[in-house]
Amino acid sequence: MGITFSTSSGPLRALDGVSLAIRPGEFVSLLGPSGCGKSTLLRLVADILAPTDGLITVAGEVPASARRRRAFGFVFQDATLLAWRNAEQNILLPLEIAADARDPRQRAQRLLELVGLAAFGGAYPWQLSGGMRQRVAIARALITEPQILLMDEPFGALDEITREYMNLELLRIWDATRTTILFVTHSSPEAVFLSDRVVVMGTNPGRVKLDLHVELPRPRDPTMKETVEFARHTAALRRALVGETRPA
Amino acid sequence: MSAVQVAARVAPRRRASPTLRLLVPALGILGVLAYWELHIRVFKVPAYLVPAPSLIAQTFIEEWPTLQRNVGATVIEAAGGFFIGNAVAILLAILFVHNKTMERTLFPIAVAVRTIPIIAIAPILVLLLGNGYAPKIVIAALICFFPTLVNMVRGLEAVEASALELMRVLSATRRQILFKLRLPSSLPFLFAALKISTASSVIGAIVAEWIGADTGLGYLIVISTFEFRTGLLYATTVVASLLALGLFLSIVVLERLVIRWQPEAPKQ
Repeated sequence: MGITFSTSSGPLRALDGVSLAIRPGEFVSLLGPSGCGKSTLLRLVADILAPTDGLITVAGEVPASARRRRAFGFVFQDATLLAWRNAEQNILLPLEIAADARDPRQRAQRLLELVGLAAFGGAYPWQLSGGMRQRVAIARALITEPQILLMDEPFGALDEITREYMNLELLRIWDATRTTILFVTHSSPEAVFLSDRVVVMGTNPGRVKLDLHVELPRPRDPTMKETVEFARHTAALRRALVGETRPA
Repeated sequence: MSAVQVAARVAPRRRASPTLRLLVPALGILGVLAYWELHIRVFKVPAYLVPAPSLIAQTFIEEWPTLQRNVGATVIEAAGGFFIGNAVAILLAILFVHNKTMERTLFPIAVAVRTIPIIAIAPILVLLLGNGYAPKIVIAALICFFPTLVNMVRGLEAVEASALELMRVLSATRRQILFKLRLPSSLPFLFAALKISTASSVIGAIVAEWIGADTGLGYLIVISTFEFRTGLLYATTVVASLLALGLFLSIVVLERLVIRWQPEAPKQ
Protein backbone atom coordinates (compact mmCIF):
# COMPACT_ATOMS: atom_id res chain seq x y z
CA MET A 1 0.00 0.00 0.00
CA GLY A 2 1.38 3.33 -1.00
CA ILE A 3 1.18 6.06 -3.57
CA THR A 4 3.27 6.37 -6.67
CA PHE A 5 3.04 8.97 -9.36
CA SER A 6 4.79 10.10 -12.43
CA THR A 7 2.80 12.75 -14.19
CA SER A 8 3.20 15.43 -16.74
CA SER A 9 -0.05 17.25 -17.04
CA GLY A 10 -0.60 19.96 -19.60
CA PRO A 11 -1.37 22.03 -21.59
CA LEU A 12 -0.65 24.55 -18.82
CA ARG A 13 1.87 22.06 -17.51
CA ALA A 14 0.98 22.61 -13.91
CA LEU A 15 3.15 19.64 -13.15
CA ASP A 16 5.93 18.17 -15.24
CA GLY A 17 7.73 14.94 -14.71
CA VAL A 18 6.85 14.71 -11.07
CA SER A 19 7.77 11.26 -9.91
CA LEU A 20 7.27 10.21 -6.36
CA ALA A 21 6.61 7.08 -4.33
CA ILE A 22 5.23 7.13 -0.83
CA ARG A 23 5.37 4.18 1.54
CA PRO A 24 2.47 3.13 3.73
CA GLY A 25 2.41 4.89 7.07
CA GLU A 26 4.88 7.52 5.90
CA PHE A 27 4.49 11.21 6.71
CA VAL A 28 5.49 13.14 3.59
CA SER A 29 5.35 16.91 3.22
CA LEU A 30 5.16 18.75 -0.07
CA LEU A 31 6.94 22.07 0.29
CA GLY A 32 7.15 24.88 -2.24
CA PRO A 33 6.15 28.40 -3.18
CA SER A 34 2.64 29.27 -4.32
CA GLY A 35 1.90 27.97 -7.78
CA CYS A 36 4.30 25.04 -7.73
CA GLY A 37 1.43 22.61 -8.09
CA LYS A 38 1.61 21.00 -4.65
CA SER A 39 -2.14 21.46 -4.08
CA THR A 40 -2.75 20.21 -7.62
CA LEU A 41 -0.73 17.10 -6.85
CA LEU A 42 -2.84 16.47 -3.75
CA ARG A 43 -6.02 16.82 -5.82
CA LEU A 44 -4.68 14.43 -8.46
CA VAL A 45 -4.09 11.80 -5.80
CA ALA A 46 -7.59 12.30 -4.38
CA ASP A 47 -9.16 12.14 -7.87
CA ILE A 48 -10.60 15.64 -7.50
CA LEU A 49 -8.63 16.47 -10.65
CA ALA A 50 -7.60 14.12 -13.44
CA PRO A 51 -4.05 14.12 -14.87
CA THR A 52 -3.61 14.86 -18.58
CA ASP A 53 -1.19 12.01 -18.80
CA GLY A 54 0.92 10.03 -16.42
CA LEU A 55 0.05 7.46 -13.86
CA ILE A 56 -1.00 7.67 -10.26
CA THR A 57 -1.61 4.57 -8.23
CA VAL A 58 -2.84 4.29 -4.70
CA ALA A 59 -2.15 0.88 -3.24
CA GLY A 60 -2.04 -0.44 -6.80
CA GLU A 61 -5.34 1.17 -7.80
CA VAL A 62 -6.19 4.21 -9.90
CA PRO A 63 -7.24 7.20 -7.73
CA ALA A 64 -10.89 7.03 -8.86
CA SER A 65 -11.41 3.53 -7.49
CA ALA A 66 -9.48 4.36 -4.31
CA ARG A 67 -11.74 7.39 -3.87
CA ARG A 68 -14.87 5.32 -4.36
CA ARG A 69 -13.89 2.92 -1.62
CA ARG A 70 -13.22 6.02 0.49
CA ALA A 71 -9.50 5.53 0.94
CA PHE A 72 -8.91 9.26 1.37
CA GLY A 73 -9.40 11.76 4.11
CA PHE A 74 -8.97 15.34 2.94
CA VAL A 75 -8.31 18.36 5.15
CA PHE A 76 -8.54 21.78 3.51
CA GLN A 77 -6.90 25.06 4.48
CA ASP A 78 -10.21 26.40 5.70
CA ALA A 79 -11.93 23.78 7.80
CA THR A 80 -14.88 23.62 5.35
CA LEU A 81 -17.31 22.67 8.07
CA LEU A 82 -21.00 22.89 7.23
CA ALA A 83 -22.31 25.83 9.23
CA TRP A 84 -25.70 24.25 9.91
CA ARG A 85 -24.21 21.13 11.49
CA ASN A 86 -22.62 20.95 14.92
CA ALA A 87 -19.17 19.40 15.38
CA GLU A 88 -20.52 15.86 15.81
CA GLN A 89 -22.86 16.13 12.82
CA ASN A 90 -19.99 17.46 10.71
CA ILE A 91 -17.84 14.50 11.69
CA LEU A 92 -20.71 12.15 10.81
CA LEU A 93 -21.15 13.58 7.29
CA PRO A 94 -18.80 11.09 5.54
CA LEU A 95 -20.63 8.16 7.18
CA GLU A 96 -24.01 9.51 6.10
CA ILE A 97 -22.78 9.83 2.55
CA ALA A 98 -21.28 6.35 2.60
CA ALA A 99 -24.52 5.05 4.20
CA ASP A 100 -22.31 3.49 6.85
CA ALA A 101 -24.44 2.89 9.93
CA ARG A 102 -22.01 0.94 12.10
CA ASP A 103 -22.38 2.71 15.47
CA PRO A 104 -21.63 6.13 13.96
CA ARG A 105 -22.16 8.20 17.10
CA GLN A 106 -19.74 6.06 19.09
CA ARG A 107 -17.11 6.48 16.38
CA ALA A 108 -17.71 10.23 16.24
CA GLN A 109 -17.31 10.46 19.99
CA ARG A 110 -14.05 8.49 19.88
CA LEU A 111 -12.71 10.87 17.26
CA LEU A 112 -13.86 13.93 19.19
CA GLU A 113 -11.85 12.53 22.09
CA LEU A 114 -8.87 11.83 19.83
CA VAL A 115 -8.76 15.45 18.62
CA GLY A 116 -9.33 16.76 22.15
CA LEU A 117 -12.87 18.05 21.66
CA ALA A 118 -14.83 15.49 23.66
CA ALA A 119 -16.98 18.19 25.24
CA PHE A 120 -17.65 20.11 22.03
CA GLY A 121 -19.74 17.69 19.96
CA GLY A 122 -22.77 19.95 20.21
CA ALA A 123 -20.92 23.15 19.32
CA TYR A 124 -21.58 24.82 15.98
CA PRO A 125 -18.65 25.96 13.79
CA TRP A 126 -19.21 29.64 14.64
CA GLN A 127 -18.79 28.79 18.31
CA LEU A 128 -15.36 27.21 17.73
CA SER A 129 -11.95 28.84 17.30
CA GLY A 130 -9.91 28.38 14.12
CA GLY A 131 -7.81 25.64 15.68
CA MET A 132 -10.85 23.81 17.04
CA ARG A 133 -12.56 23.97 13.65
CA GLN A 134 -9.50 22.40 12.05
CA ARG A 135 -9.53 19.62 14.68
CA VAL A 136 -13.14 18.88 13.74
CA ALA A 137 -12.09 18.79 10.08
CA ILE A 138 -9.33 16.29 10.93
CA ALA A 139 -11.77 14.14 12.88
CA ARG A 140 -14.18 14.23 9.92
CA ALA A 141 -11.37 13.15 7.58
CA LEU A 142 -10.47 10.25 9.88
CA ILE A 143 -13.94 8.81 10.46
CA THR A 144 -13.90 6.65 7.34
CA GLU A 145 -10.56 5.24 8.58
CA PRO A 146 -8.79 6.37 5.43
CA GLN A 147 -5.60 4.76 4.21
CA ILE A 148 -4.26 8.15 3.25
CA LEU A 149 -4.81 11.52 4.86
CA LEU A 150 -4.32 14.39 2.42
CA MET A 151 -3.80 17.76 4.08
CA ASP A 152 -3.71 20.98 2.07
CA GLU A 153 -2.02 23.62 4.23
CA PRO A 154 -4.32 22.67 7.09
CA PHE A 155 -2.71 25.06 9.57
CA GLY A 156 -1.89 27.85 7.13
CA ALA A 157 -4.63 30.12 8.43
CA LEU A 158 -3.76 29.68 12.10
CA ASP A 159 -1.60 31.92 14.26
CA GLU A 160 1.95 30.78 15.12
CA ILE A 161 1.18 29.58 18.65
CA THR A 162 -1.92 27.62 17.65
CA ARG A 163 -0.04 26.23 14.68
CA GLU A 164 2.79 24.81 16.78
CA TYR A 165 0.26 23.26 19.12
CA MET A 166 -1.70 21.76 16.22
CA ASN A 167 1.54 20.29 14.81
CA LEU A 168 2.08 18.40 18.06
CA GLU A 169 -1.55 17.31 18.07
CA LEU A 170 -1.28 16.06 14.51
CA LEU A 171 1.79 13.95 15.38
CA ARG A 172 -0.10 12.50 18.32
CA ILE A 173 -3.10 11.70 16.11
CA TRP A 174 -0.86 10.22 13.42
CA ASP A 175 0.79 8.06 16.07
CA ALA A 176 -2.62 6.82 17.20
CA THR A 177 -3.94 6.09 13.69
CA ARG A 178 -0.74 5.24 11.74
CA THR A 179 -2.30 6.45 8.52
CA THR A 180 -0.21 7.64 5.58
CA ILE A 181 -0.11 11.45 5.50
CA LEU A 182 0.60 13.65 2.51
CA PHE A 183 0.90 17.16 3.87
CA VAL A 184 1.14 20.37 1.83
CA THR A 185 2.77 23.37 3.47
CA HIS A 186 4.93 26.35 2.66
CA SER A 187 6.65 26.42 6.01
CA SER A 188 10.04 24.62 6.08
CA PRO A 189 10.18 24.31 9.90
CA GLU A 190 6.69 22.81 9.94
CA ALA A 191 7.65 20.35 7.19
CA VAL A 192 10.86 19.27 8.97
CA PHE A 193 9.20 19.01 12.36
CA LEU A 194 6.36 16.78 11.14
CA SER A 195 7.73 14.66 8.34
CA ASP A 196 9.68 11.56 7.53
CA ARG A 197 10.36 13.07 4.11
CA VAL A 198 10.07 16.55 2.67
CA VAL A 199 9.61 16.92 -1.07
CA VAL A 200 10.54 20.40 -2.32
CA MET A 201 8.74 21.47 -5.46
CA GLY A 202 9.62 24.22 -7.93
CA THR A 203 7.47 26.34 -10.21
CA ASN A 204 6.92 26.74 -13.96
CA PRO A 205 6.20 23.93 -14.39
CA GLY A 206 5.77 22.23 -11.03
CA ARG A 207 8.53 19.65 -10.52
CA VAL A 208 10.42 17.95 -7.72
CA LYS A 209 13.61 19.81 -6.73
CA LEU A 210 14.64 17.91 -3.63
CA ASP A 211 13.52 14.81 -1.77
CA LEU A 212 14.88 15.13 1.75
CA HIS A 213 14.77 12.39 4.34
CA VAL A 214 14.39 13.90 7.78
CA GLU A 215 16.93 12.34 10.12
CA LEU A 216 15.38 13.55 13.36
CA PRO A 217 14.34 10.88 15.89
CA ARG A 218 10.73 10.29 16.90
CA PRO A 219 8.84 11.21 18.96
CA ARG A 220 9.45 14.76 17.91
CA ASP A 221 9.70 17.42 20.57
CA PRO A 222 9.39 21.20 20.03
CA THR A 223 12.83 21.77 21.60
CA MET A 224 14.29 19.92 18.59
CA LYS A 225 13.60 23.08 16.65
CA GLU A 226 16.48 24.71 18.53
CA THR A 227 19.02 22.02 17.56
CA VAL A 228 21.76 22.24 14.92
CA GLU A 229 20.34 19.10 13.28
CA PHE A 230 17.00 20.85 12.76
CA ALA A 231 18.71 23.96 11.38
CA ARG A 232 20.72 21.77 8.98
CA HIS A 233 17.46 20.36 7.56
CA THR A 234 15.70 23.71 7.19
CA ALA A 235 18.86 25.16 5.61
CA ALA A 236 18.87 22.39 3.00
CA LEU A 237 15.21 23.12 2.24
CA ARG A 238 15.88 26.86 2.07
CA ARG A 239 18.70 26.33 -0.44
CA ALA A 240 16.40 24.21 -2.58
CA LEU A 241 13.66 26.83 -2.39
CA VAL A 242 15.89 29.85 -3.16
CA GLY A 243 15.63 30.91 -6.76
CA GLU A 244 12.01 29.84 -6.59
CA THR A 245 10.99 32.83 -4.50
CA ARG A 246 11.08 35.51 -7.12
CA PRO A 247 8.87 38.49 -6.52
CA ALA A 248 5.30 37.91 -7.61
CA MET B 1 10.65 58.72 29.49
CA SER B 2 8.54 56.39 27.40
CA ALA B 3 7.22 57.37 24.02
CA VAL B 4 3.88 55.75 24.59
CA GLN B 5 2.40 55.02 27.95
CA VAL B 6 -0.79 53.02 28.26
CA ALA B 7 -2.98 52.98 31.30
CA ALA B 8 -6.47 52.50 30.02
CA ARG B 9 -9.68 50.76 30.82
CA VAL B 10 -12.27 49.95 28.20
CA ALA B 11 -15.82 49.89 29.47
CA PRO B 12 -18.40 48.00 27.44
CA ARG B 13 -20.61 50.33 25.48
CA ARG B 14 -24.01 50.67 26.99
CA ARG B 15 -26.93 49.67 24.88
CA ALA B 16 -30.24 51.47 24.96
CA SER B 17 -32.80 49.57 27.00
CA PRO B 18 -35.44 47.60 25.02
CA THR B 19 -38.21 49.90 26.28
CA LEU B 20 -36.36 52.95 25.04
CA ARG B 21 -35.68 51.33 21.68
CA LEU B 22 -39.41 50.70 21.22
CA LEU B 23 -40.47 54.00 22.73
CA VAL B 24 -38.60 56.26 20.30
CA PRO B 25 -40.18 54.98 17.04
CA ALA B 26 -43.58 54.76 18.77
CA LEU B 27 -43.30 58.41 19.73
CA GLY B 28 -42.35 59.23 16.14
CA ILE B 29 -45.46 57.53 14.76
CA LEU B 30 -47.69 59.15 17.39
CA GLY B 31 -46.19 62.55 16.50
CA VAL B 32 -47.01 62.13 12.80
CA LEU B 33 -50.57 61.03 13.59
CA ALA B 34 -51.07 63.95 15.99
CA TYR B 35 -49.83 66.45 13.41
CA TRP B 36 -52.08 64.88 10.74
CA GLU B 37 -55.15 65.13 12.97
CA LEU B 38 -54.35 68.70 13.99
CA HIS B 39 -53.63 69.88 10.44
CA ILE B 40 -56.96 68.57 9.16
CA ARG B 41 -58.92 70.15 12.03
CA VAL B 42 -57.15 73.51 11.84
CA PHE B 43 -57.24 73.87 8.02
CA LYS B 44 -60.65 72.18 7.72
CA VAL B 45 -59.54 69.72 5.03
CA PRO B 46 -62.67 67.95 3.71
CA ALA B 47 -62.90 64.28 4.75
CA TYR B 48 -63.45 63.07 1.16
CA LEU B 49 -59.96 64.40 0.27
CA VAL B 50 -58.00 63.29 3.34
CA PRO B 51 -59.72 61.83 6.38
CA ALA B 52 -58.29 62.48 9.84
CA PRO B 53 -56.76 59.51 11.69
CA SER B 54 -59.66 59.61 14.15
CA LEU B 55 -62.14 59.23 11.27
CA ILE B 56 -60.14 56.35 9.79
CA ALA B 57 -60.17 54.61 13.16
CA GLN B 58 -63.90 55.19 13.44
CA THR B 59 -64.51 53.83 9.92
CA PHE B 60 -62.29 50.87 10.72
CA ILE B 61 -64.57 49.93 13.61
CA GLU B 62 -67.85 50.71 11.83
CA GLU B 63 -66.91 48.96 8.59
CA TRP B 64 -65.20 46.02 10.26
CA PRO B 65 -67.77 43.48 8.94
CA THR B 66 -67.20 44.74 5.37
CA LEU B 67 -63.42 44.67 5.77
CA GLN B 68 -63.53 41.23 7.30
CA ARG B 69 -65.73 39.91 4.49
CA ASN B 70 -63.29 41.15 1.86
CA VAL B 71 -59.96 40.37 3.47
CA GLY B 72 -60.53 36.60 3.21
CA ALA B 73 -60.45 36.54 -0.59
CA THR B 74 -57.25 38.59 -0.70
CA VAL B 75 -55.60 36.31 1.87
CA ILE B 76 -56.43 33.22 -0.21
CA GLU B 77 -55.14 34.84 -3.41
CA ALA B 78 -51.98 36.28 -1.87
CA ALA B 79 -51.11 33.12 0.08
CA GLY B 80 -51.96 30.86 -2.85
CA GLY B 81 -49.84 32.94 -5.19
CA PHE B 82 -47.05 33.07 -2.63
CA PHE B 83 -46.89 29.27 -2.30
CA ILE B 84 -47.25 28.47 -5.98
CA GLY B 85 -44.90 31.21 -7.23
CA ASN B 86 -42.19 30.35 -4.73
CA ALA B 87 -42.55 26.59 -5.14
CA VAL B 88 -42.17 26.85 -8.93
CA ALA B 89 -39.19 29.21 -8.50
CA ILE B 90 -37.45 26.84 -6.07
CA LEU B 91 -37.97 23.80 -8.28
CA LEU B 92 -36.83 25.69 -11.36
CA ALA B 93 -33.72 26.95 -9.52
CA ILE B 94 -32.83 23.36 -8.57
CA LEU B 95 -33.30 22.33 -12.20
CA PHE B 96 -31.12 25.23 -13.42
CA VAL B 97 -28.27 24.38 -11.09
CA HIS B 98 -28.20 20.80 -12.37
CA ASN B 99 -28.79 21.49 -16.01
CA LYS B 100 -27.04 24.47 -17.59
CA THR B 101 -28.78 23.93 -20.94
CA MET B 102 -32.14 24.25 -19.19
CA GLU B 103 -30.94 27.42 -17.50
CA ARG B 104 -29.80 28.94 -20.80
CA THR B 105 -33.11 28.00 -22.44
CA LEU B 106 -35.58 28.98 -19.73
CA PHE B 107 -33.89 31.87 -17.95
CA PRO B 108 -34.43 34.36 -20.82
CA ILE B 109 -38.13 33.41 -20.80
CA ALA B 110 -38.28 34.07 -17.07
CA VAL B 111 -36.65 37.46 -17.63
CA ALA B 112 -39.07 38.23 -20.47
CA VAL B 113 -42.05 37.42 -18.25
CA ARG B 114 -40.52 39.65 -15.61
CA THR B 115 -40.32 42.62 -17.98
CA ILE B 116 -44.07 42.60 -18.70
CA PRO B 117 -45.69 45.06 -16.26
CA ILE B 118 -48.05 43.25 -13.92
CA ILE B 119 -50.70 45.89 -14.67
CA ALA B 120 -50.54 44.91 -18.35
CA ILE B 121 -50.62 41.18 -17.83
CA ALA B 122 -53.48 41.26 -15.29
CA PRO B 123 -56.31 41.95 -17.78
CA ILE B 124 -54.93 39.28 -20.12
CA LEU B 125 -55.05 36.70 -17.35
CA VAL B 126 -58.52 37.76 -16.26
CA LEU B 127 -59.70 37.26 -19.84
CA LEU B 128 -58.00 33.89 -19.95
CA LEU B 129 -58.93 32.55 -16.53
CA GLY B 130 -62.21 34.24 -15.71
CA ASN B 131 -63.37 36.15 -12.70
CA GLY B 132 -62.61 33.76 -9.87
CA TYR B 133 -59.54 33.17 -7.70
CA ALA B 134 -57.45 31.64 -10.50
CA PRO B 135 -56.21 34.81 -12.29
CA LYS B 136 -55.48 36.55 -8.98
CA ILE B 137 -53.47 33.61 -7.69
CA VAL B 138 -51.54 33.41 -10.96
CA ILE B 139 -50.75 37.13 -10.87
CA ALA B 140 -49.63 36.97 -7.23
CA ALA B 141 -47.53 33.90 -8.13
CA LEU B 142 -45.93 35.69 -11.10
CA ILE B 143 -44.89 38.63 -8.99
CA CYS B 144 -43.33 36.34 -6.33
CA PHE B 145 -41.64 34.07 -8.80
CA PHE B 146 -38.74 36.07 -10.18
CA PRO B 147 -36.95 37.34 -7.06
CA THR B 148 -37.08 33.86 -5.55
CA LEU B 149 -35.77 32.24 -8.73
CA VAL B 150 -32.79 34.60 -8.91
CA ASN B 151 -32.00 34.37 -5.20
CA MET B 152 -32.43 30.62 -5.08
CA VAL B 153 -30.09 30.04 -8.04
CA ARG B 154 -27.53 32.28 -6.34
CA GLY B 155 -28.03 30.47 -3.03
CA LEU B 156 -27.63 27.01 -4.54
CA GLU B 157 -24.43 28.12 -6.27
CA ALA B 158 -23.02 29.99 -3.27
CA VAL B 159 -21.23 26.88 -2.08
CA GLU B 160 -17.55 26.98 -1.19
CA ALA B 161 -15.33 25.34 -3.82
CA SER B 162 -13.67 23.30 -1.07
CA ALA B 163 -17.07 22.04 0.14
CA LEU B 164 -17.70 20.65 -3.35
CA GLU B 165 -14.23 19.11 -3.36
CA LEU B 166 -15.02 17.53 -0.01
CA MET B 167 -18.21 15.99 -1.46
CA ARG B 168 -16.14 14.70 -4.36
CA VAL B 169 -13.58 13.05 -2.06
CA LEU B 170 -16.47 11.48 -0.16
CA SER B 171 -17.91 10.21 -3.47
CA ALA B 172 -21.26 11.90 -2.76
CA THR B 173 -24.05 11.54 -5.32
CA ARG B 174 -25.64 14.63 -6.92
CA ARG B 175 -28.67 14.04 -4.79
CA GLN B 176 -26.57 14.00 -1.61
CA ILE B 177 -24.78 17.17 -2.72
CA LEU B 178 -28.17 18.83 -3.24
CA PHE B 179 -29.73 17.80 0.05
CA LYS B 180 -26.70 17.90 2.32
CA LEU B 181 -24.88 20.89 0.87
CA ARG B 182 -26.66 23.08 -1.66
CA LEU B 183 -30.15 23.29 -0.16
CA PRO B 184 -29.07 24.06 3.43
CA SER B 185 -26.59 26.69 2.29
CA SER B 186 -29.23 28.32 0.06
CA LEU B 187 -31.69 28.81 2.92
CA PRO B 188 -30.54 32.31 3.95
CA PHE B 189 -30.91 33.42 0.31
CA LEU B 190 -34.31 31.77 0.07
CA PHE B 191 -35.62 33.51 3.17
CA ALA B 192 -34.41 36.89 1.92
CA ALA B 193 -36.46 36.30 -1.24
CA LEU B 194 -39.49 34.99 0.67
CA LYS B 195 -39.57 38.16 2.75
CA ILE B 196 -39.72 40.27 -0.42
CA SER B 197 -42.39 37.93 -1.78
CA THR B 198 -44.77 38.44 1.12
CA ALA B 199 -45.43 42.10 0.32
CA SER B 200 -45.33 41.40 -3.43
CA SER B 201 -47.97 38.69 -3.20
CA VAL B 202 -50.42 41.08 -1.49
CA ILE B 203 -49.72 43.74 -4.13
CA GLY B 204 -50.27 41.15 -6.88
CA ALA B 205 -53.59 40.02 -5.42
CA ILE B 206 -54.89 43.59 -5.00
CA VAL B 207 -53.86 44.69 -8.49
CA ALA B 208 -55.57 41.60 -9.91
CA GLU B 209 -58.74 42.46 -7.99
CA TRP B 210 -58.82 45.93 -9.54
CA ILE B 211 -59.24 44.40 -12.98
CA GLY B 212 -62.22 42.26 -12.22
CA ALA B 213 -63.51 41.08 -8.88
CA ASP B 214 -66.60 41.35 -6.73
CA THR B 215 -64.79 40.74 -3.47
CA GLY B 216 -61.40 41.37 -1.92
CA LEU B 217 -59.41 44.34 -0.66
CA GLY B 218 -58.64 45.49 -4.22
CA TYR B 219 -62.33 45.48 -5.03
CA LEU B 220 -63.03 47.48 -1.86
CA ILE B 221 -60.35 50.03 -2.82
CA VAL B 222 -61.94 50.54 -6.26
CA ILE B 223 -65.49 50.82 -4.88
CA SER B 224 -64.62 53.16 -2.01
CA THR B 225 -62.69 55.43 -4.40
CA PHE B 226 -65.62 55.66 -6.84
CA GLU B 227 -68.06 56.36 -4.04
CA PHE B 228 -65.78 58.91 -2.34
CA ARG B 229 -65.84 56.85 0.85
CA THR B 230 -62.31 57.99 1.60
CA GLY B 231 -62.42 56.78 5.20
CA LEU B 232 -63.11 53.25 3.97
CA LEU B 233 -60.37 53.58 1.34
CA TYR B 234 -57.83 54.45 4.03
CA ALA B 235 -59.09 51.74 6.38
CA THR B 236 -58.76 49.18 3.55
CA THR B 237 -55.22 50.35 2.89
CA VAL B 238 -54.39 49.83 6.56
CA VAL B 239 -55.80 46.28 6.40
CA ALA B 240 -53.80 45.52 3.24
CA SER B 241 -50.65 46.78 4.90
CA LEU B 242 -51.35 44.74 8.06
CA LEU B 243 -51.91 41.67 5.90
CA ALA B 244 -48.52 42.08 4.20
CA LEU B 245 -46.92 42.73 7.58
CA GLY B 246 -48.50 39.59 9.02
CA LEU B 247 -47.19 37.44 6.16
CA PHE B 248 -43.78 39.06 6.51
CA LEU B 249 -43.61 38.38 10.24
CA SER B 250 -44.67 34.77 9.80
CA ILE B 251 -41.72 34.30 7.42
CA VAL B 252 -39.41 35.99 9.94
CA VAL B 253 -40.60 33.57 12.63
CA LEU B 254 -40.17 30.61 10.27
CA GLU B 255 -36.65 31.80 9.43
CA ARG B 256 -35.76 32.00 13.11
CA LEU B 257 -37.01 28.43 13.58
CA VAL B 258 -35.20 27.00 10.55
CA ILE B 259 -31.90 28.89 10.47
CA ARG B 260 -30.51 28.39 13.92
CA TRP B 261 -26.87 28.04 13.04
CA GLN B 262 -25.78 31.56 12.23
CA PRO B 263 -24.31 33.72 14.93
CA GLU B 264 -26.47 36.60 16.03
CA ALA B 265 -25.55 39.64 14.00
CA PRO B 266 -23.53 42.02 16.14
CA LYS B 267 -25.93 44.57 17.52
CA GLN B 268 -25.14 48.24 17.33
